[in-house]
This record gives sequence, structure tokens and C-alpha cells, in this order.
Amino acid sequence: MIRKLRTGTFHTGMILLSLLWLGPVIWVVVMSTRTFDDIAANGVGSLPHSFTLDTYRQAWVDGGELRALINSLLVTVPSVVLSLALAAVAAFALSRYRIPGRRTILLLMLAGNLLPPQILLIPVQKFSELTGLYDTLWALITVQVGFGLGFYTFVLHGFMRDLPGEIQEAATIDGAGPAQIFARVMLPLTRPALAALGALSFTWIFNDLLWAITVLRTDDRMPVTPALLALQGQFVSSWSVIAAGTVIAAVPTVAVFLRFQRHFIGGLAIGAVK
Amino acid sequence: MTNVSTIAETPGTTASTVAGAPRRRRRSNRLSPLLVAFVLVPFAVESIWVFWPALQGFWFSLTRWDGQTPPEFIGVDNYVELAGDATFRGALLNTVIWLVLFGGLSVVGGFGMALLLQKERRGVGFYRAALFTPVVFSLVVTALVWRVFYQPDGVADQILRTIGLEHLIRPWLADPQTALYAVILPALWRQIGYVMVLFLAGLKAIDPALHEAARMDGANGWQRLWYVTVPQLKGVNAVVLSVIVIDSLRSFDIVWSLTKGGPYHSSELLSTYMYSAAFQSLRLGYASAIAVVIFVLALAVILGYLVRAFREEA
Repeated sequence: MIRKLRTGTFHTGMILLSLLWLGPVIWVVVMSTRTFDDIAANGVGSLPHSFTLDTYRQAWVDGGELRALINSLLVTVPSVVLSLALAAVAAFALSRYRIPGRRTILLLMLAGNLLPPQILLIPVQKFSELTGLYDTLWALITVQVGFGLGFYTFVLHGFMRDLPGEIQEAATIDGAGPAQIFARVMLPLTRPALAALGALSFTWIFNDLLWAITVLRTDDRMPVTPALLALQGQFVSSWSVIAAGTVIAAVPTVAVFLRFQRHFIGGLAIGAVK
Repeated sequence: MTNVSTIAETPGTTASTVAGAPRRRRRSNRLSPLLVAFVLVPFAVESIWVFWPALQGFWFSLTRWDGQTPPEFIGVDNYVELAGDATFRGALLNTVIWLVLFGGLSVVGGFGMALLLQKERRGVGFYRAALFTPVVFSLVVTALVWRVFYQPDGVADQILRTIGLEHLIRPWLADPQTALYAVILPALWRQIGYVMVLFLAGLKAIDPALHEAARMDGANGWQRLWYVTVPQLKGVNAVVLSVIVIDSLRSFDIVWSLTKGGPYHSSELLSTYMYSAAFQSLRLGYASAIAVVIFVLALAVILGYLVRAFREEA
């Protein structure tokens, strides 16, 4: 009896809490389907009295979300691939071979990632102007790669270090060089860690605001996160269009999360348990 | 760690030195150029975009610079000016409040949720997913979701009206009294699920036999929590603490999207003040000095984190 009561309290409490977390999200999704007149007449806090999907067309076409989403993918995909590739080779060499000073190099790279980005903003902007990259997507890609590398290398290093040595040893005896060992032996074994980091870094880079507004200026080059802020200025009181834009901006990361759920949470946990 | 011993037993026959050959070091062994490139290329990339800019950042903080004319060296004048700048002091105080409230409450909330949801039972998967969902949103998305709430006549006001507390209603984000707290709330909403996942991973790693033993010795729930769970989570606690402090000092997106630091700097953090000093007032030297202050505040945490990492690598 008491047990039943406790279970009941637990579930009631948790359902209320879950609602507190999901409620705002559901609210925004619902609001994105209301017409301008409905919101003007009944306010943003009321229940819907209308249904339209024109808000999505407005955000998508008039608000430039399509362009912004393409920009985001043009930045995010190469950044993730490049930074994981570079981090993987560095982690491989540092964890499996006696590179002089390897520990210092590893920690220096990690320290770089822990720096507050504020100290880098001005020099990075000036450097991108100097190299002619300023206001191009390349600037954003290279910054994201450079800034993320240290952490990815550190995590992959921890993972590769703990892989059994026998396979590498056998491959070495068979005459395989470092390149073959890396590509044929280590990389396949590292796949779970790469998937986890891939899913994480995708959301981090996709969600970034600060670097984008530091190295980009032109509106139609902005990725979706800063574009969403611009949308808010463009459609000042069209709350349903802003809500539709918000939903559009959230869909890609939610999709990645749902697809790689296990890896995603595993990736977050790597850091905690290590 | 098994690899270390096994590889060491095969005499170093290869051109490249294999990891972990203890003592029998063969420094003379040639390191294959490919391996050198494997390390140097990523390191060079990070040097160009992180290490070198960081050093420049320190140098700029000693200059007066508008971004057009060359920077002019003025010694520590920027720091002297910071000391007398009321906006800076307000931002510093707000950053401390942010650290305590955002950091403290997300640890308490995340740990509490992890404790409640650690046992696998019906519905737990759903609750965890619900709490975790906002973590995948960008802070700008989070900000816009909550903006709807704070809107005059928005959901927050509706709720207050329903429960008869109309007199509390105010323009949440536009009132200097409430702006900072109105920004912290969404940030917390997003962070708690993240901290919960970190703690869940840590709790899973605790040997259940420890709890069993404590129960046998007659320890009650609180005692087990305090004397078994918390000490066993030492590693996780250190990581969470570092993550929280670094995240707090970096917080920018959510404030920028909701209030841009206003009204009247009432929700200004060091990070937002730095950004507007640099890219709106174009005082690049002065902004660099603020960035250095942020760096110094983060330094202790970074060092602690590295010492921990270093010990593990050893």
C-alpha cells in the first residue's frame, strides 16, 4: 500500500516536471501554426483558435531560413569531418607511439579548448580579415576546427590508448606502417568514439552563435542560429513566424540526437567517468 | 593498459617507435615523418586559431585600439580604467551571481534528478528524455522559446493571473530588477538535463555492493547518500564543477538573445560587456582587457582540470 502510494507520488511528480520541460517546447510548436490575426486578437498566452502552415513558408522563404540552413550545413558538415579527422590522427600518433613530449602536447591542446573564447574573438577576427577569410564560411569552418580540435584529440586519445595492443603488434610484424595501422586497424576500432564525438560536435557547431557573429557580417551568409536572431528583428510582432523559425532551427539537432541517441549520451558521459 | 606490456615485449623492430616500451627506450629510433605530420598538422592548426590569438589577446589588452589605426601601447591603463568602471563592476557582480545561481542550481537540480531517475523502472526513460530534450537546442532557440513566456500577456502572466497574483506581473525582461533572473531561468532549464546525464553516468559506475554493505551496517538512505554515493562520485564532481564554471564564464548566447545585457546593463555579464565593447564601441584594447579578466577567473578551473588530466595520463 505504502509502496503503491510512493510509486504514485513519484510518477505524478515526474510527469509534472516533464511537462515543465516539454511544455514550453509544445507551446512553441503549437504557436507556430497560429495565424497572425489569432495571436493579435487573443494574445500569445492563449490557446490556438486557428491553424495555418503559412508561417513556415514565411520563415522559410521571406525570413531566409532556407539560405541559413544551407549555410549551417555547409559549415557544420566540413567542420565536423575535418576536426575529427585531424583529432584522430593526432590522437593516434600521441597514444600509440613514443612521440617526444607527447603528454605536454596533449595537455596544451586540451588547454586551448578550455580557454574562454572571449580572449580569442578580437585576434581571430583581425586574423581572418588579414587572410581575406573574413565574412566567408571558410573563416567559420577553420575557427570551429581549430577551437574544437583540442577536446576531440583528448577524448580520442583516451579511447585509443585503452585499445588492446596485440592487433597493432601483429600488424607491425606483418610489415604494416603507421598509415596502414591507423586506417585498417585503429580507425575501425575507434568508430564508437567517433560516432559519439561526431553527434556532439554536430550540435555544438550547428548551435554556435558567438563565432558566427564574430567572423561573419553579411546577413545571407549567416548560419541558422544567428539568422534566427535576425528573424526576430525582421518579424517583430509576428510571433507565429518567429515560432516557426525556431522550430525549423531546432529540427536538425533534434534529428541528430534522436538518430544517435545512445552515442550522444555516451559521448557526454565519456568525459564524466574518465 | 594491457597494451603497454605486450608491445614492450616485442623488441623494437619497427622504424617507428611503438608506444610504451618501458625503460628500454630507444630514443635513437627514427620517428616516421608521417607520425610527425600526424601530430604537427593538427597542432599547427590549433596554434594558428587558438594559441597565437590568445597571446595576441594579452598584448592587445595593453593597447588603445579602434581597429582602424595601428594599436597604441598604453601599458596597464585599460586595467586602471576597468577598476573605476561601474558597468564593469556590475558585470563582474552579475557574473558571480550567474555562477552561483546558474552553477549551483544546475548542480543541485541535475544531481537530484539523477538520483530520482537512476533506477531503471517504468517511465524513467521517458522522464530522462524529457529533461534532456532542451540540451540539444541552441541557446538562441531556448531564448526564443522563453521569450514567448515572458511576453506581456504571455504564458507567465496568464499563469500569475489565474492564481490571483496579478500584482506581480511586470515586463520581465525589460525590468532591471528581474532581467538577470529572467535570463538565468531558461539557461537552467537547458543545463539541468545535461548535468543530470553526467551524474547518471557517474552513479551507474558505483559498485552496488558498496550500498549493500552500508545497508547491512544499518546506514539509512541519507547516510548512504552522504557517505557512499557522494564520495564515490568524486571524479564526476570534479568534471561537473569544471564544466559549470567554464560554461558560466562563457555564457553569452542566451543573454545576447534575450536582453543584450540590458536594460541599463542590469543583465550584463563580463562576456556580453566584452563583446559590445569590442564590436559595438570598437574599443578593442579595452575589450581585450575584459577578456583577460575572464581568462584569469577561468584559470584556476583550467589548471585544476589539467592537473587532473595530467595525473590520469601519468
